[in-house]
Amino acid sequence: MTTPTPTTTATASAETLREPPPGAAAREPRRGTGRIRRAALPYLLLLPALVLELLVHLVPMAVGIVMSFRELTQFSIRDWGTAPWSGLGNYKVSVNFDAPVGKALLHSFLVTVGFTLLSVALCWLIGTAAAVFMQDAFRGRGLLRTLFLVPYALPVYAAVITWVFMFQHDNGLVNHVLHDQLHLTDQRSFWLIGDNSFYALLTVSVWKGWPFAFLIVTAGLQNIPRELYEAAALDGAGVWQQVRRITLPSLRPVNQVLVLVLFLWTFNDFNTPYVLFGKSAPAAADLISVHIYQASFVTWNFGTGSAMSVLLLLFLLVVTGGYLLITSRGRRPARG
Amino acid sequence: MRRIRAGATGAVALSLALAATACGGGSATGGGSNDSPKTLTYWASNQGASIAVDQRVLGPELDKFQKQTGIKVKLEVVPWSDLLNRILTATTSGQGPDVLNIGNTWSASLQATGALLPWDAENLAKIGGKDRFAAAALDSTGVRGKDPAAIPLYSMAYALYYNKKIFADAGISQPPATWGELVADGKKIDARGKAALGAEGANPSENIHHVFVFAQQRGAAFFTPDGKPDFTAPQVVDAVKSYVDLMATDKAIPTGDAEYAQNQSVSDFAKGRQAMLLWQSAASNLTSQGMSADSYGIAPVPVISGTPGSGTQVDSAFMGINLAVFKNTHNLDGATRFVRFMTSDAEQKILNKAYSSIPPVTSAQADAAFATPADTVLKSTLSASAAAMPQVPSESQFETTVGTAVKNLFADAAAGRAVTTGSVKAELEKAQQQMPAA
Repeated sequence: MTTPTPTTTATASAETLREPPPGAAAREPRRGTGRIRRAALPYLLLLPALVLELLVHLVPMAVGIVMSFRELTQFSIRDWGTAPWSGLGNYKVSVNFDAPVGKALLHSFLVTVGFTLLSVALCWLIGTAAAVFMQDAFRGRGLLRTLFLVPYALPVYAAVITWVFMFQHDNGLVNHVLHDQLHLTDQRSFWLIGDNSFYALLTVSVWKGWPFAFLIVTAGLQNIPRELYEAAALDGAGVWQQVRRITLPSLRPVNQVLVLVLFLWTFNDFNTPYVLFGKSAPAAADLISVHIYQASFVTWNFGTGSAMSVLLLLFLLVVTGGYLLITSRGRRPARG
Repeated sequence: MRRIRAGATGAVALSLALAATACGGGSATGGGSNDSPKTLTYWASNQGASIAVDQRVLGPELDKFQKQTGIKVKLEVVPWSDLLNRILTATTSGQGPDVLNIGNTWSASLQATGALLPWDAENLAKIGGKDRFAAAALDSTGVRGKDPAAIPLYSMAYALYYNKKIFADAGISQPPATWGELVADGKKIDARGKAALGAEGANPSENIHHVFVFAQQRGAAFFTPDGKPDFTAPQVVDAVKSYVDLMATDKAIPTGDAEYAQNQSVSDFAKGRQAMLLWQSAASNLTSQGMSADSYGIAPVPVISGTPGSGTQVDSAFMGINLAVFKNTHNLDGATRFVRFMTSDAEQKILNKAYSSIPPVTSAQADAAFATPADTVLKSTLSASAAAMPQVPSESQFETTVGTAVKNLFADAAAGRAVTTGSVKAELEKAQQQMPAA
């Protein structure tokens, strides 16, 4: 994947910098250890990050995995080191789709998959379209670009709470426009409870997510040489053909990462549904992260909650692994 | 280089040590100490109209305590939405406050975690003994037969608040005493273009308090006598359905209230948009929202027939706040002194007056400050017609699961879907299945 040249150059320059000063000849025999030290330096520099990563991510994950094999309820949380082991019990409860807990988890999983696919697709589509339209310079482009990034820059809580106000049944802006002004509905709709909550959640998620797609695609577009478009135009290619034959193929590596990142963020999103709906989301918008939170904190059954989290982790690992495998396989022959 | 390596080793060791101590908190089984006798951390629940109000109310009292004892109390007012989670986290880590407020209905649930100091005879003697407190208040301090997990601090009851002007305009001369009267009055109020009754349909805790009373009035409880969930008994189903029917069929509660969860029904009442409100100790809240005390009346919550009393005439859950000491406290003596201070006659009068609640300490209750018409209604409810919420370890889970079931049923009613005995039973069945196997 990486080309050897830059590393060699870097080592060479480091070598030049570390040219022994005159009079250091006595240290010549220790040159071997010096090389080892030099080789160890990057690892040493990485160490603090590694330790923090261990502490912040891996240790809690490991603890979570251990918890998933224990019967951790209100009777044992205070002294959870001694909570009884339950083997695969928590996992069995989570994946028994005939029983209520498993059934609810499966429902929540399916809702989340549907929601994520729609949200990622819309974010990508809107973000890419906006980036392509902003590709050519025109008056006010900078202003528009900045404006587009606002949802991404706003703190999540503040942004979503504003949406809560807008989605309110009695005094919300959404109903005011749809019902009072445009007369599209017979009566005011509920957005924060019932079936419509799915669309409310999707709207907020896309509103919040597309600027990121826009930002990344805009960056990706800067790398496509203008000459390609000029040549295509000379050959008689229309705008749509240029987008299809030049823009999209050139953006492929960018999109591969973008879609994966959007997928993971959306699938795991906790803040948006939590701020929109509180601790118990309506069935139509019961995203898995809030569902797991509810399974652990509301019923105080942290063992089952951990088991569900581990299952979610495994699922995301499989999806991510599979995605990377498929996308890199597509790339290799092209390079080879 | 060697120095770097030593530094790196040190960093790793330090972080591992930190991690180990952080994790180790969970296995602390000690019963508290007196390591830091000069400070206390106190988590107060949000009793006033806002957190700032609580800080203003409690601040001077904590200063008084410091003057008396030399102990500095670090106050943190924790919003209700976070309180239970914060307590659970503190329980798990062993790193928590020294003294904390809990909703009295959680007493048995938190007692089961073993995180709270049990108030045995010796500890109770330090705060003046059990007899200082109203017996009914002590019923909500943990599982019966065990030492209380917390001490009653403020007592509250539900009452019917009604807007005098809307009632007069609709030609209603007195507040409804039965649910039948309430629905009939609601129709008259509705005809004048006002909402009849408010509800926090999307707030599980509010829902649960009401359906608990509805169940009591039908002679039912949500738990069997030996503490097992029993949510699908016919009377329980009927109770939940009747409460949701106040919106679905009786049209007393406006459909918009189905999504209320931030006390919007209180502000609707305070702003004169809605004629009635079932709330616990609402006076100071209404005042802070600009509603003058003479513009509303207060009456007992309706019953099915007759007058409020015990058994099927119960018209409120025995609500309130309890004060608990965290077992892992580093200032056990100070924490006990603080509980003694907060439950002293003088403090009970000041604090309960500020929060328009009723002192659970009987000697303070008799004070003239608690003789307003509102307090008289609340006092008689607390002494004669309020029942303790189930004191079982899974109470907290019950509140959330059944409260959420009612939220879903309200959502159905608001969307115009029929709320039937079958649909109510299905929701309650789902709630029961989520309960821990007790």
